[in-house]
Amino acid sequence: MKENIREKGPKKLKSLLFTRIIQIIAAITLAALLIIIGYILVKGLPGITWEFLSEDPSAMGREGGIFSIIVGTLYVTVLAVLIAMPISVGAAVYFNEYASGKKTVAAIRFFTEVLAGIPSIIFGLFGFAFFVVFLGLGWSCLSGGLTLTIMILPTIIRTTEEALKTVPMAYREGSLALGATRWQTIVKVVLPCCRGGILTGLILGLGRAIGETAAVMLTVGGSLNMPVSVMDSARTMALHLYNLASEGISEEKTYATAALLIIVILIINTAANNIGKRPFKGGRHKKILLQGAKDE
Amino acid sequence: MNNTKTKFEIKDLDLYYGDFQALKKVGIDIYEREITALIGPSGCGKSTFLRTLNRMNDLIPGTRIEGQVKFDNKDIYDKDTDVIGLRKKVGMVFQKPNPFPKSIYDNITFGPRIHGIREKNRLDKITESTLKEVGLWNEVKDRLNKSAMGLSGGQQQRLCIARCLAVEPEVLLMDEPTSALDPVATSRIEALLQDLAKKYTIVIVTHNMQQAGRVSGYTSFFLTGEIIETGLTEKIFSVPENKKTEEYISGRFG
Repeated sequence: MKENIREKGPKKLKSLLFTRIIQIIAAITLAALLIIIGYILVKGLPGITWEFLSEDPSAMGREGGIFSIIVGTLYVTVLAVLIAMPISVGAAVYFNEYASGKKTVAAIRFFTEVLAGIPSIIFGLFGFAFFVVFLGLGWSCLSGGLTLTIMILPTIIRTTEEALKTVPMAYREGSLALGATRWQTIVKVVLPCCRGGILTGLILGLGRAIGETAAVMLTVGGSLNMPVSVMDSARTMALHLYNLASEGISEEKTYATAALLIIVILIINTAANNIGKRPFKGGRHKKILLQGAKDE
Repeated sequence: MNNTKTKFEIKDLDLYYGDFQALKKVGIDIYEREITALIGPSGCGKSTFLRTLNRMNDLIPGTRIEGQVKFDNKDIYDKDTDVIGLRKKVGMVFQKPNPFPKSIYDNITFGPRIHGIREKNRLDKITESTLKEVGLWNEVKDRLNKSAMGLSGGQQQRLCIARCLAVEPEVLLMDEPTSALDPVATSRIEALLQDLAKKYTIVIVTHNMQQAGRVSGYTSFFLTGEIIETGLTEKIFSVPENKKTEEYISGRFG
């Protein structure tokens, strides 16, 4: 008996100690994030003025704003997401609806995972060799967009697949039992149920594309001019930030750009989070139901 | 009652899931415009059998079928069978109501639309007539554009039946259609079945012996993948020939 009580003491202490250590580690993680974001915002927010947002850069970015760079960023990343959407939704549908369980799929999925783990500078190098030089697209929004497309494919495929998995088998059976083909079932029943999930994937992909530097460094060229056609060279915010910082052009503009980038990415991730949490049964129909309740 | 046409003629039907034999030499005739009830303990193969009639088992990988399933004198497992056409003629209602997360109107018109009907007028008519057939029209006519997910379980199941009727089937397969419903909703569906049997051939799987007794004209008793006994429901329930049937019906096992 006496021994038992003795044993309990140190055990309890150990457990308590362990809990405290875990809490401290969690606090450090959170603190690191808050310090980084806080530091950037404190140094950068004063630089984000209307002029900064609305004027084109001059003197290599030392003067003026970053309007053409915001446009360039949108151009390149939206292009990447738009090209990636049909490819990755198609791939996810194929993996989940047509070929689930097949060995080739396991192999393709493995390569997709590998794709997600490749350092982005490698994508940049490939994009440079293939799109810029081999296909002759030059340093352009299109080359950068295509390079980013390859990079964000795994993210969108993965998210879409997860969304497809949440669609109950009963819907597919119900549709097939009515004489629908597999294709009709996917297009008219399964995919509409996944709108939220697919959108989440696209937004996550967009977030990844916006924050990417190395992959665009070798492909979009880095021109400060306003891009008009997809064949024009452009500069994304992340790339601009890299140039400003590495060449010591302007500390104020560097932090302002960084702060803007962080704000944009925070907004994007919050959006993705909220859409992802919404069950597919909700959305449009939820609103209709609420209206119905009011009517009665 | 006995002079009706045979809709399905099944002979020596074996079905395997991989190495497991789920159906053994099943043979049964299913008569037109009759309700045939399939009863038996869980796992006896009655649902599996039901799903052979519209080839829903095709969806399960590793399924192998031997024997003959004739529908209107044509073997539906022939290579040249039009599965889409078959499923249009042989509708299915599932255990759990499974309306699509779409509006009531879109649920009903889903079938007609995929089979090529586009005119709004016709779709409206189909919606009204099928919802009237299942006795749902008065309850939902003012909210056709609202989500089917907002209906009660019993309403959802009647909607699913209406969704089947919208493609003008000849046969309705029902896999325990009332097992997820409360008694009031169940009796509504049972009354509906009686009405529908005037126009359609119905095959219903049920765990509920009283239900089989109440609604069906013919009953088949399944046990471990075999049909033990088939016959007029009143006969099966009053003077079963097989001892196993008697034991099951009197509630001694299952």
